[in-house]
Amino acid sequence: MTNVPAEYGLILASLLFGTGLAGVLARRNIIFILLSIEIMLNAAGLAFIAAGSKWGQADGQVMFIFILVMAAAEVSVGLAIVLQLFHRIRTVDSDVANTMRG
Amino acid sequence: MMTFFYISAAIALISSVLAVSRSNAVHALLYTIVSLLSVALIFFMLGAPFAAALEVVIYAGAIMVLFVFVIMMISSGPVATQQERLWMNLRLWTGPSLLAAVLIIELFAVMSLPQALESTKSTVESKQVGIALMGPYMLGVELSSLLLTAGLVGAYHLGKRKSDASQAEGAEIHD
Repeated sequence: MTNVPAEYGLILASLLFGTGLAGVLARRNIIFILLSIEIMLNAAGLAFIAAGSKWGQADGQVMFIFILVMAAAEVSVGLAIVLQLFHRIRTVDSDVANTMRG
Repeated sequence: MMTFFYISAAIALISSVLAVSRSNAVHALLYTIVSLLSVALIFFMLGAPFAAALEVVIYAGAIMVLFVFVIMMISSGPVATQQERLWMNLRLWTGPSLLAAVLIIELFAVMSLPQALESTKSTVESKQVGIALMGPYMLGVELSSLLLTAGLVGAYHLGKRKSDASQAEGAEIHD
């Protein structure tokens, strides 16, 4: 059973990355922005796995594990910030949160 | 094998596009989970079974569940969905889609498919990944643990809801 060529995985990764990018730019709801960022991170992970598969090394999966760890930490801290923001401004509209103090 | 790849790639793409374009937050989340699961299948087809398992367990199983909890706490149901529908129109998507399309075309041009695509037969097993993690990438593992600890402490601190009494106390102390 042969594998899929790594180039096809890279093509899919770039398409998914572009989709996530369009989502980040177009949505106003902070939750949707974070969700689109997760799609972009997953696409980057797919690119790493495809590269690791091409050379038959474990480095691709190792980098994917690190990306996973970083995404988990970023999501937890980011969602905690979103909860605090919602507690203050009572909405998840990112256009409302557009002023800084002082 | 290639037909399976095309099917799961199509599912991943379609569910991602649907995920970023829904008005209902829970619908978008579920479409994202579908996308993650199909990408996990693609990992398996690329010869990375360990990464496929990790993707399902951690990404689709923990991170997305975290999103579900936060959406449960924040979203006000039909009101939020109606608000999203008001905000989204087709004209809104022209700019981002144009930028994303240019980026995708550029990425394709950079990759510029070689004439002969060879398919390898190797599967990188979990044992290899484990040996790599505990050997050359040991520093990265330690740094990941530091990052997770920092994330844990930060999320706990940011998630605390300060009551008014302790807020007044804090103002006095910092005076």
